[in-house]
Amino acid sequence: MNAHTALRWTPLFAAAALLGACQSTPKPDPTTEKPPEAGTPVAGGSAAAAGAVQPVRRPDSVTGAPLPGTEQDFVINVSDRVLFDIDQYEVREDAADILERQATWLNRYPAVQVRIEGNADERGTREYNIALGSRRANAVRDDLVSRGVSPSRISTVSFGKERPIDPGADDEAFRRNRNARTVLIGGVR
Amino acid sequence: MKMSAAVLTACLALAGVSLAPSDARAEIEVDVNRGDIRPLPLAAPDFEGQRGAEIARVIMDNLSRSGLFAPVDSGGRRSEVTVEPDFAVWKSLGAQAMVNGKVHLVDGRLQVDFRLWDVPAGQQLLGLQFTSTPENWRRVAHKISDAVYERLTGEKGYFDTRVVFVSETGGRLERTLRLAVMDQDGANPSYLTDGSEIVLSPRFSASSQEITYMALRPEGSSVYLLNLETGRRESLGQFPGMVFAPRFSPDGSQVAFAVEKNGNSDIWVMNLVNRQSRRLTSDPAIDTSPAFSPDGSRIVFNSDRGGSPQLYIMDAAGGGARRISFGDGRYTSPVWSPTGDFIAFTRQGGGQFHIGVMRPEGSDERTLTSSYMDEGPTWAPNGRVLLFSRQEAGGEPRLWTVDVTGRILKPAPYTGGASDPAWSPLIN
Repeated sequence: MNAHTALRWTPLFAAAALLGACQSTPKPDPTTEKPPEAGTPVAGGSAAAAGAVQPVRRPDSVTGAPLPGTEQDFVINVSDRVLFDIDQYEVREDAADILERQATWLNRYPAVQVRIEGNADERGTREYNIALGSRRANAVRDDLVSRGVSPSRISTVSFGKERPIDPGADDEAFRRNRNARTVLIGGVR
Repeated sequence: MKMSAAVLTACLALAGVSLAPSDARAEIEVDVNRGDIRPLPLAAPDFEGQRGAEIARVIMDNLSRSGLFAPVDSGGRRSEVTVEPDFAVWKSLGAQAMVNGKVHLVDGRLQVDFRLWDVPAGQQLLGLQFTSTPENWRRVAHKISDAVYERLTGEKGYFDTRVVFVSETGGRLERTLRLAVMDQDGANPSYLTDGSEIVLSPRFSASSQEITYMALRPEGSSVYLLNLETGRRESLGQFPGMVFAPRFSPDGSQVAFAVEKNGNSDIWVMNLVNRQSRRLTSDPAIDTSPAFSPDGSRIVFNSDRGGSPQLYIMDAAGGGARRISFGDGRYTSPVWSPTGDFIAFTRQGGGQFHIGVMRPEGSDERTLTSSYMDEGPTWAPNGRVLLFSRQEAGGEPRLWTVDVTGRILKPAPYTGGASDPAWSPLIN
């Protein structure tokens, strides 16, 4: 465990960095923080020079967390995207957990309006992928409605294959790009 | 030298006048149905007069790009259009056909006389005169190219045409899409939209002066009609969900498109005269990408009602849908040839994407191309050449052409990132 561990660039920390409001303590810059110069290293690992150096206390760790009810809360703690199988639009079993969290969150903040954006990987043609993305967006909408979210709070759109989140041209990129994203578009604190 | 006054084309800025009867039987001819024939060696020495060299170069570039003609270097030789050429010289250079011409400025108008010669037979095949404004010289060269192509192949040309497409710039995650239009040879490219919204699937109307396309924003999509001359843009109106994949009917009186509602996409058609729209399909499957037959009586479209995306044909009034694609893979983006004999499509199979053609009955299927991503074919107005977009893995899409035999495959002369091309009809 070294000083950098507490300041590792985790998604949680990244979210905190976005949130000026939650930073009551100035955070040390993880990239520039270095131990003070300790003079010339002594061969053989002798600690003879140690007496010349003032020990410096390791800085306290700083943690950040999104404020409840914010977009960052939704994205980090709930997760805004669910993935789909190739050419499929049925909500996958492993997405149920995320959608349950989305519905719970949306039911807790009833003023929030959302837009579901359906996306497809690039292994399909343009117009078909628009239609496929619409199906995915609507499948997520229907799922959220079945979990108690009012349909009047949800709009849908499809970006087809035009808005990938992974620029790659391999199966992992395609897997990530087959998704539906729930975007908060209004009523957010 | 006889000069006939027969006007071949009556058009806005360009008139063609026959210089001589062209009923001579040619010894040379080009068969567009066989892409594997040896291209016909053709010489196009610099025309005399202002812009003469440039006009000859545009003609040669057009014809050699078709794959049916092989350029013969004239070695700096000129050929006067008013006297019979020295056939022995052109024969010794290997030319079987020769185009020569002269450019005049008459009362501020550009007048180009040209002749097409059958070198082995030692006779004239064509003599025409085109007149236009001087700045329109490239179109004159395209008209001459079309005349030569038609005389030697028996098929209409396709050089005096334009292409509308989606220009793609920037990385995969911050791609900017703009509508753009250019001449078929890549000249005079210009943007029609500013890149602030996603624009897809532009298609020409029969007049070549209007396009329809889809704009996609987070709040939803719209289908627009855009008049290229006036810049006037109007929306087809509001629909319950996404509206996309528009295409004009051959007479320009209707637009067919897809409308999505609650995740289900169906084919609709709008009468542009009274603005009434009508739903043509009501299947719970995806129905999209409608394209009319050239007589307007039928529509080919894409549906996954059978479990995977395939091609179907129905009456233009809706009803009677039957599947025509039965090969290996997934079929999308069908488009009917302007001559009616083929339907081109994108087929996904074996991990690759292919451009292919089949008869409207579903027979005689041919795969013309294969790559990581070939998609979105569009026909040249003569139904002999297809333009499509090709993207290598991780790369930008580019425009390519392939002839209907699949043997003449070339990058299109526009080298920027581009997709979703649509070829105009011949410009009048």
